Amino acid sequence: MTVVERVLAVIEAHRGDRGALLPILHGIQAEFGYVDQSVIPLVAKELNLSRADVHGVVTFYSDFRSEPAGRVTVQLCRAEACQAVGSERLVEHAEAAYGVKVGQTSADGAVTLAQVFCLGNCALGPAAQVNGRLHGRLDPARLDGVINAEFTVSSPSGRTS
Amino acid sequence: MTTTVYVPRDAAALSVGADAVAAAITREAALTGRAVRVVRNGSRGMLWLETLVEVVTEAGRIGYGPVTSDAVPALIADGMLDGAPHELRVGVVEELPWFRAQNRLCFARVGVTDPLSPEDYLAHGGLTGLRRALEIGSAATVAEVTDSGLRGRGGAGFPAGIKWKTVADTPGELKFVCCNADEGDSGTFADRMLIEGDPFCLIEGMTIAGFAVGATEGYIYIRSEYPEAVRTFRRAIDIAYAQGWLGDDVLGSGLKFDLMVRVGAGAYICGEETSMLESLEGKRGVVRAKPPIPAITGLFGKPTVVNNVLTLASVPAILADGGAAYQALGVQRSRGTQVFQLAGNIARGGVFETAFGISLRDLVEEHGGGTLSGRPVRAVQVGGPLGAYLPASGLDLAMDYEAFAEAGAMLGHGGIVVFDDTVNMASMARFAFSFCAEESCGKCTPCRVGAVRGVEVIDRIVGGEDVDDNLALLGDLCELMTDGSLCAMGGLTPNPVRSALQHFADDFTPRRVTP
Repeated sequence: MTVVERVLAVIEAHRGDRGALLPILHGIQAEFGYVDQSVIPLVAKELNLSRADVHGVVTFYSDFRSEPAGRVTVQLCRAEACQAVGSERLVEHAEAAYGVKVGQTSADGAVTLAQVFCLGNCALGPAAQVNGRLHGRLDPARLDGVINAEFTVSSPSGRTS
Repeated sequence: MTTTVYVPRDAAALSVGADAVAAAITREAALTGRAVRVVRNGSRGMLWLETLVEVVTEAGRIGYGPVTSDAVPALIADGMLDGAPHELRVGVVEELPWFRAQNRLCFARVGVTDPLSPEDYLAHGGLTGLRRALEIGSAATVAEVTDSGLRGRGGAGFPAGIKWKTVADTPGELKFVCCNADEGDSGTFADRMLIEGDPFCLIEGMTIAGFAVGATEGYIYIRSEYPEAVRTFRRAIDIAYAQGWLGDDVLGSGLKFDLMVRVGAGAYICGEETSMLESLEGKRGVVRAKPPIPAITGLFGKPTVVNNVLTLASVPAILADGGAAYQALGVQRSRGTQVFQLAGNIARGGVFETAFGISLRDLVEEHGGGTLSGRPVRAVQVGGPLGAYLPASGLDLAMDYEAFAEAGAMLGHGGIVVFDDTVNMASMARFAFSFCAEESCGKCTPCRVGAVRGVEVIDRIVGGEDVDDNLALLGDLCELMTDGSLCAMGGLTPNPVRSALQHFADDFTPRRVTP
């Protein structure tokens, strides 16, 4: 299937939904791993919206990426409850260990480091979501173990939808 | 004889290895020739004990925790499947003091049942509320909710019955029920646990709301940070349709009610009700000016009930037992129970559901056991990132809406985040502004620009630059944001800042370089 056909298939699946743009954008990100600029005109045309409208929505929400993520996506919680048990030390460790800042993907495409404000695991912090799976009571060693385990999983599945 | 073993499937339990524990129990039991049935329940809410394994015995459900998969072989060898003594054995779960001190209405089934078993749901009182609503009619259902004194659990505390009556009285062919499950406040996770632990209860509550106000479609807006809740709730909806609990003829009554899941996309502001409606419509989550109120002009301009997860999940019990029984709990204008969440640096964190009026100190010290680090409690933030910081000396505060408002704080969604004495409160005040800057929808200037300026001003104060002038400026800025912002995001961000400044002024003194 071409890119256009894949995008149209996602749109078709949500044709009857009210306010379908968000479900469609989630669908596109699940299909391609990110929402490429090039699909915006097509989505806009199919939903009878302006390109500016669609672009505005894509850029408003932090979930929608404009480029592919690394093989392992690490979302570190930096909200108050995790800060109270040392999440900032975990962020410092991750940035140093993987050579990237929060919000970046390592040059070899291995790791994307992201920040998130609350994963709802506030009694078992510091928490992080790694490739869509939640982990609690993390310290640098446990975080490294979790990330390494993800590399050994053959397919990069388990992304949030 | 088959032994029944419960291992939670709640995301918090999964985060510390519950899946591996369940697998290990199945494997080890098979090796030792024991027949076991592993049921994946919700979490009991004693999160420091996760993974909490419960074994059904004649004496009751005996808990072991925290269990790791590595410990399972020894536990089983030592007789865990017969409830034998072990250092991880905590006793009969429902007799634990922490559990007995609670009054669980909203969370009555969470942790007890298999969340996706319709049989379990019915066996534990499920659908009694909906059946009674259908019997007494929509007007009486609204009246029952009004009489219960139930107030919105999302944070604002608006009386649910009045909101429902407004929607019911607004004429319209098409009305909606929207459940706000965009639980973005740090220190809160009760919505998530309810969705994962008793999804049918929320489905029932939403259906009752739909029936009461004449809405035929319901939407639940779940944040994307909760993938486990999204998965569980989608499965629960499918099961509910198959059972005839949703659809064109709910319970054979002729009631039509459809329920759809929508997933957020990483925007804290979408927990604000009008912003959530914009997002549900497929737009940027930008706040709407009120009026018009959503009850009259809501989703797609139609009359809409917007309620929090816990509000809607409280409804089935209110209908089943009557509004008066619910009203009998609580204090003054805070009726019923609230699901408090103990979080952050806390020894025994989790959900604690009890009638309003319990003191914050009891929750933090007696039930929560103080800090996890063992150091003294220094500050407690109640009500999420927009809630005030209270000093350790100010914990003798009753947990009810009005008492908190009087103390210049707010109960919010019931989240309680504890910090020990290593916290720097100027940093936390700075974080409040930077969080607001990150998450502001950008519609109004006090919030969009004020948050950025707030970070700068605090940096100057801490840096020792024109301290008095900058403190005055900070006061002005907080006043302007409070009075001039369109919604609670900008309007309440000064709460953590001002309270930090008030109670922890020393942290804001310039950091001098020691000679």
